[in-house]
Amino acid sequence: MAYDKFTLLRSTAVPLPIENVDTDQIIPARFLKATKREGFGDNLFRDWRYNGDDTPKADFVLNNPIYKGKILVGGHNFGSGSSREHAAWAIYDYGFRCVVSSFFADIFKGNSLNIGILPVQVSAEFLDKIFLAIEADPNAEFEVNLEEQTITIVSSGESESFDINGYKKHNMINGFDDIDYLQAMKGEIKEFEAERIY
Amino acid sequence: MSNQASTLFDKVWDAHVVRKIADGPDVFFIDRHFIHEVTSPVAFLGLESRNIGVMYPERTFATADHNTPTINQHLPVQDALSANQLKALETNSAKYGISHWGLGHARNGIVHVVGPENGITLPGMTIVCGDSHTSTHGAFGAIAFGIGTSEVEMVLSSQCIMQPKPKKMRVNVNGTLGKGVTPKDVTLYIISKLTTAGATGYFVEYAGDVFRNMSMEGRMTVCNMSIEMGARGGMIAPDETTFAYINGRDQAPKGEKWDEALAYWKTLKTDEGATFDKEYTFDAADIEPMITYGTNPGMGQGISRNIPTSEQVEGGKSTYDKSLAYMGFHENESMLGKKIDYVFIGSCTNGRIEDFRAFASIVKGRKKADNVTAWVVPGSHIVEAQIKEEGILDILTEAGFELRQPGCSACLAMNDDKIPAGKYAVSTSNRNFEGRQGPGARTLLASPLVAAAAAVTGVVTDPRDLL
Ligand code: SF4
Repeated sequence: MAYDKFTLLRSTAVPLPIENVDTDQIIPARFLKATKREGFGDNLFRDWRYNGDDTPKADFVLNNPIYKGKILVGGHNFGSGSSREHAAWAIYDYGFRCVVSSFFADIFKGNSLNIGILPVQVSAEFLDKIFLAIEADPNAEFEVNLEEQTITIVSSGESESFDINGYKKHNMINGFDDIDYLQAMKGEIKEFEAERIY
Repeated sequence: MSNQASTLFDKVWDAHVVRKIADGPDVFFIDRHFIHEVTSPVAFLGLESRNIGVMYPERTFATADHNTPTINQHLPVQDALSANQLKALETNSAKYGISHWGLGHARNGIVHVVGPENGITLPGMTIVCGDSHTSTHGAFGAIAFGIGTSEVEMVLSSQCIMQPKPKKMRVNVNGTLGKGVTPKDVTLYIISKLTTAGATGYFVEYAGDVFRNMSMEGRMTVCNMSIEMGARGGMIAPDETTFAYINGRDQAPKGEKWDEALAYWKTLKTDEGATFDKEYTFDAADIEPMITYGTNPGMGQGISRNIPTSEQVEGGKSTYDKSLAYMGFHENESMLGKKIDYVFIGSCTNGRIEDFRAFASIVKGRKKADNVTAWVVPGSHIVEAQIKEEGILDILTEAGFELRQPGCSACLAMNDDKIPAGKYAVSTSNRNFEGRQGPGARTLLASPLVAAAAAVTGVVTDPRDLL
């Protein structure tokens, strides 16, 4: 999928200080019946966000208008569970472009990078600082600089660097995806396939 | 470097790298690709919008499972959205020449059950599917893992995905398993020790007597659950048990091809002296029948134990409290005797013939408890046929159980098989996340024996008392 280029993001953030946020919470299975990629944002965190009768749960962060922004900040082990890319689509469709946590589940991380969401893994200490900054001021801003691979708490200037492999970084900065890359090397793949025993 | 000791995982991985990208992932070739109705439609849309085709349609296999009803499969699917997804799978498969075992097909069933039972899954292969429990196929000494829809599109269009090579972990379990302790208990035990994130970033090899002595069905159960400790996948070196299972299956190699394959498969093991990034060793004697009490698969323990206090577990107290509150449980309570409303036996974790044999061994001569609704769902039509042939159906019927038709069913509750809010289900599936089996549903993961014991007594019961 072609997605927006990602270079520098400066935004407020939405805090979700819960550990092991799994993909079944991000988007429950009963909402996976669509055959299109768009529209999943409406059901992002559905069962935490809405009561059984579809009325919003007042105490859930997405229903609290003081929190907004393009950055979602989650607790340790964010995105565990199912391989459903719908989880990443829902987060993107809702309007987030970056998820910050002290640890990500593998498949979720890969899926995010593939659709243009930047997963930023920070230390547990820095994650706490981010949560504290939002608690002190819901309008606190954060700056994610992909080129420099840093995330900064704007008010205090505190900053930490994060990892991303060079290939993915290049893709995100330029809005390229893996399929473009693979299409360009089909000849090489054909030769490889011819040698396979099955 | 050819003399260097290497692991089973390295041997299979390295044989599939088409290109190495500096400071990037490997371009990784995929031998077998399974697709189902839920995670494939958007991938096909992507192919269309880019105007590219399917490169090797004979390497992809489609089956409908996630969204299918488990009763009245001969009737049109009632839910319009589900019907639409099933139709999309059928149309896309036909359009690109992909083999499609749709609803009602004699070989239809859960993707991770039908692959192995039809001989599509073989040692040394790379196998992917848009479902995280693709790790199941690792039981054959294959590298198998779940992928997202963008990657499904990559495999369709180029038979490759981009993957950084994971780190390597070995988990050894030695000794002999006690009475009533099944492969499901082994895996729930390992996950409870490693936690749900304990193997993130790793690919796991299972080794030791316990796995050597395990049937292929049991090995599949263990590899299936690898993802629940964060691992991308798990694998077990193929041996005589593996070869005997594969031999004669529909799509397995035959004649000369078989001999050739067998010679290769025998090289698929970790060499003496090969190293792992992490290694754990457990003693089989420490493993009891297991049950989960919380909202992730790492929150499991021996069935006779009391629910731990928040001080006894890793992670934050507020997350732990939230989890127990969802379950309606308290610290220090006993799990034994807790009242149950539903029992689900099935899924790609425990929906194979051996699982129904185990289930039947306990319900035989007993009756289903009146307070329990039981869903008995075979993993495939082939399993369903075996259940009938072996007389298991008679035992089930006699005890008051009905057999449903194959599919994922209450494992993810996309169809009508949903556990109602607040109700307790002992389930042989793989995830006990909040709402996994229906909004508000409370899941206790366990083995087919524990499920059977709950089904006949109506409460959480130690199956060893009934064996
Ligand atoms: S049974 Fe459950 S885990 Fe297995 S393929 Fe179906 S939904 Fe996925």
